[in-house]
Amino acid sequence: MAILSVNKLTKSFGGLTAVSDVDIKLQKGELVGLIGPNGAGKTTVFNLLTGIYEPTSGEITLDRDGKQTKLNRMKPYKVSKVGLARTFQNIRLFKDLTVLDNVRIAMNQNINYGVFSGLLHLPSFRHEEKRIRKESIELLDIFSLGAKVNEKARNLPYGEQRRLEIVRALATKPVLLLLDEPAAGMNPAESAQLTDTIAKLRSDFDLTILLIEHDMSVVMKICERIYVMDYGKVIAEGTPDEIRTNKRVIEAYLGEDAANA
Amino acid sequence: MKNLFKKSAVIKTISIILIFAIVQILLLTNIINDYYFTTLVTVCINIILAVSLNLVTGFTGQFSLGHAGFMSIGAYTCAIFTMRMSSTLGVGAFLIGIVLAAIAAGIVGVLVGLPTLRLRGDYLAIATLGMAEIIRIIAVNLDITNGAAGLSGIPRDVNWFWLFLFTAGTVVLITNFLKSTHGRSCISIREDEIAADSMGINTTKYKVMAFVIGAICAGVAGALYSSFFYVIKPDLFGFLKSIDILVIVVLGGLGSISGSILAAILLAVISTMLQSFAEVRMVLYSLMLVVIMIFRPQGLMGSKEVSLQLFSKIGQSFKKKRV
Repeated sequence: MAILSVNKLTKSFGGLTAVSDVDIKLQKGELVGLIGPNGAGKTTVFNLLTGIYEPTSGEITLDRDGKQTKLNRMKPYKVSKVGLARTFQNIRLFKDLTVLDNVRIAMNQNINYGVFSGLLHLPSFRHEEKRIRKESIELLDIFSLGAKVNEKARNLPYGEQRRLEIVRALATKPVLLLLDEPAAGMNPAESAQLTDTIAKLRSDFDLTILLIEHDMSVVMKICERIYVMDYGKVIAEGTPDEIRTNKRVIEAYLGEDAANA
Repeated sequence: MKNLFKKSAVIKTISIILIFAIVQILLLTNIINDYYFTTLVTVCINIILAVSLNLVTGFTGQFSLGHAGFMSIGAYTCAIFTMRMSSTLGVGAFLIGIVLAAIAAGIVGVLVGLPTLRLRGDYLAIATLGMAEIIRIIAVNLDITNGAAGLSGIPRDVNWFWLFLFTAGTVVLITNFLKSTHGRSCISIREDEIAADSMGINTTKYKVMAFVIGAICAGVAGALYSSFFYVIKPDLFGFLKSIDILVIVVLGGLGSISGSILAAILLAVISTMLQSFAEVRMVLYSLMLVVIMIFRPQGLMGSKEVSLQLFSKIGQSFKKKRV
């Protein structure tokens, strides 16, 4: 059963077609990579999936236990509510807020009390806030950020900011997680640690993951399947081994000469 | 943790009651005379206005230049109602008038907020500015508001009890709101709107929510104003009034409730002290604003709050220095 099917997805900005006729299918529980040279349109695909951009044409369907939802023309907050969560290529944390607040904000869909109760701090407010606080700290503990709950997000080291973004995405209780270059700017030791984290989070949180990444050591190690994009099109799809030897992929990355060599 | 929470709540409640009681005693013994009481009323009304504008601009990050417009709606609604009903209902007319003022300002807040809050930054500022001007022009041209001459002879029902109740109420409710999930959602919009949206926050809904709560509070402030000063006219709620409120908010610190309160008090004190230099009063006042902004560009409090923890922190650093 495909949890996400993207069918002939196209996005043009004026005369420029950033993404054209992209087909992607993700099976439940899969960990799939999306790679390609700079400007290939990978992040645009993420923005289309999460509703930040409206597709020019094409269809995006999310299948959550047989319940199908069309994601085209859905606002980002609604996309989040049906179970898609993401991280951002250039970290977008709530920088001036604490680590705990970053996670609590992402848990907003999971909090049940009204504005009135919030204004007057009625018992339902106290009860829910206590629960959310506990859940947030538990989640942060899993990613060893538990000791930093009261620090401002902007004061965390770079690697921890990336990890906090993942925790924040998980706090929305997604079924499908989109990670946009989680290893960007990390040193080899950090990215090796991240690779383990991603593999672990898929099994622990019962997730399907789509991963954009430039660091091939990460992609080749953990992804079961890989989509390769170039100039807005999917040029190849297959297992890491197939992709490694695919002529068109080598061409896209290294040029025609290298592919013929 | 739980202990501290309860303790701080108790201390807060006690200090609120203490402030009320002390001022009440000072009023009864006439240490606060009519002149000072007028200043006190202005301070309280400015606190309501500044704290509520801070919710919109400082916490939710939506730059509004139309706050005086909502104040105007509240002032006129309450004035028109109390002038007609006061003889039969007494103080009840004033209280119903305040509720009506809040409702009217809230409704206009929704009507204005829904279309304009799609705009960002400067554009929103211009749109809200235009909205306040429209409200002013309507007040100038309607019969029921008595045009440019305004309304006079509004029954005065505001006393220290009502004034304090509404001021403290506004501050407590908005502080509570900011600590709830709805308040956090508003703050996340200021921090990063796209990220907030992607975390499942309906940004339009929360922007309108903050805007409407702000409008309701401004409406209440306007109602208190009309009832105390018993004369209102459209010019009182023009562009300059909106700027006055914004000055308090920026001076106190965008994103600090206690900053807004401090700034409202400080500006009233400065302006009262300068009364004796009538000719250069506004020059000195403006100069002082410039100087404060140069040395504290983030405002008096930045985005921090006056809290028990802050006091204990200051105490600790003080101890360390002495050792």
